Amino acid sequence: MTDSPSGVSPTLAERARSGDRRALARLLTEVENRTSKGEEALRALYPLAGHAHLVGITGAPGSGKSTLVAGLVSEARRHDAPAGPRPVAVIAVDPSSPITGGAILGDRVRMQIHAGDRDVFIRSMASRGHGGGLAMATVAAAAVLDASGFPLILIETVGTGQSEVEVAAIADTTIVVQAPEMGDEVQAIKAGLLEVADIVVVNKADRPGADRAAAQLRAMLTVGAQHDHAAVAAGRPRPKRPDVMLTSALTGAGVPELLAALDRRASRTRSSETDGTALKRAEAQLSGILAQRLAERLRSGDVAERREATLRAVAAHQLDPYTAADELLAALTDFDRA
Amino acid sequence: MTDTATHTTARPIKVLIAKPGLDGHDRGAKVLARGLRDEGFEVIYTGLRQTPEMIVSAALQEDVDVVGLSILSGAHMTLLPKITAGLRDQGMDDVLVTAGGIIPDDDIPALEQAGIARVFGPGTTIREVSDFIRASVHRREE
Repeated sequence: MTDSPSGVSPTLAERARSGDRRALARLLTEVENRTSKGEEALRALYPLAGHAHLVGITGAPGSGKSTLVAGLVSEARRHDAPAGPRPVAVIAVDPSSPITGGAILGDRVRMQIHAGDRDVFIRSMASRGHGGGLAMATVAAAAVLDASGFPLILIETVGTGQSEVEVAAIADTTIVVQAPEMGDEVQAIKAGLLEVADIVVVNKADRPGADRAAAQLRAMLTVGAQHDHAAVAAGRPRPKRPDVMLTSALTGAGVPELLAALDRRASRTRSSETDGTALKRAEAQLSGILAQRLAERLRSGDVAERREATLRAVAAHQLDPYTAADELLAALTDFDRA
Repeated sequence: MTDTATHTTARPIKVLIAKPGLDGHDRGAKVLARGLRDEGFEVIYTGLRQTPEMIVSAALQEDVDVVGLSILSGAHMTLLPKITAGLRDQGMDDVLVTAGGIIPDDDIPALEQAGIARVFGPGTTIREVSDFIRASVHRREE
């Protein structure tokens, strides 16, 4: 395929925006692989994005994330849905092997009922190494889908590890999925995943113990709420106070209510002027790109040699890594001036 | 795999493993998926009882390099050509399509005619499959 920059034939980005799903899929590959073509497309698409509601869905493996995502998609595609049927995109992330780089991307298994619907676009993504890069790739892919006309984008994270907190932090709304049998009150007060939740979903509500688990979560997540105002006044971060909702992705119970709650949040985030998540997302993207640019710059011709020598000096403990970093940064400035 | 620099050349090959038709189990497909994972491929697995339309749609959305079809039911002469035709209709004639499962030798020429690049029979090793994929994937450098 040859997309001439002169605009003679439409670019991948233009074709993706006009509803060409094949072009959209190709573009997502370019973005995921961080090619120059992907970058070029993002430059064109970024100003056109920023309208979609990005929902992160995270939780332990086996808590029912994929089935819940499939349920949310069904609900959003229902013809008698309160807000009408709308296009939905899903980005489903599964882990890459740290040894071979290979991955099994299995989230589609639960979502194949939507395969015939061209307004449902599901894309699997392998985590490919560290979490920071993943968050960057995910936001970039979401921007492409956003600009291509998907108002609701569900990002299903890896079921385990640190990366889901990062990916969740760049979503407008973060859902943390729990299953009834997944822990006692102590689990609910531990630091980590539950803290990033805007909505905690106790899934598998068809199973015994779900009501009790939800009640326990509610009780524990509201502890200290009366001091929130004092914390804000004192300049301390205010803990999130997530809603706790019950769903059964199996029977569909609670899923319409969950989508309605998401839609309420979407209109609220859009209307609020100080949108913290948009800023956080911008920061994640920008710092990721800066780090990537810096790494590329340090590997390029004139500086590469200096970098090699510095690396060897640090490895031999002749130079400490902090001084080494400062020296390299200074060297970059010198090279740029020369 | 490092994730820091731009690695346009070393990106993993994406493979869709799909089971068309009404097979009762997918042990073989899962073993293959797992084996290909260990060979460094990114493997998308869609589960049992997939229609040709579902498989084509998944291949399109995922922008895969390879579609591996596993079929035991005997419906391969009906289903597999439908899938290759569907891929062609979507402009995905550059995707490598392979098949495996229970497929009589006599049927292989017709399947190859229909666009199946290779039929792997029982006893095929994971290594044979992965070597074939690596050697045949049409790199879509632009």
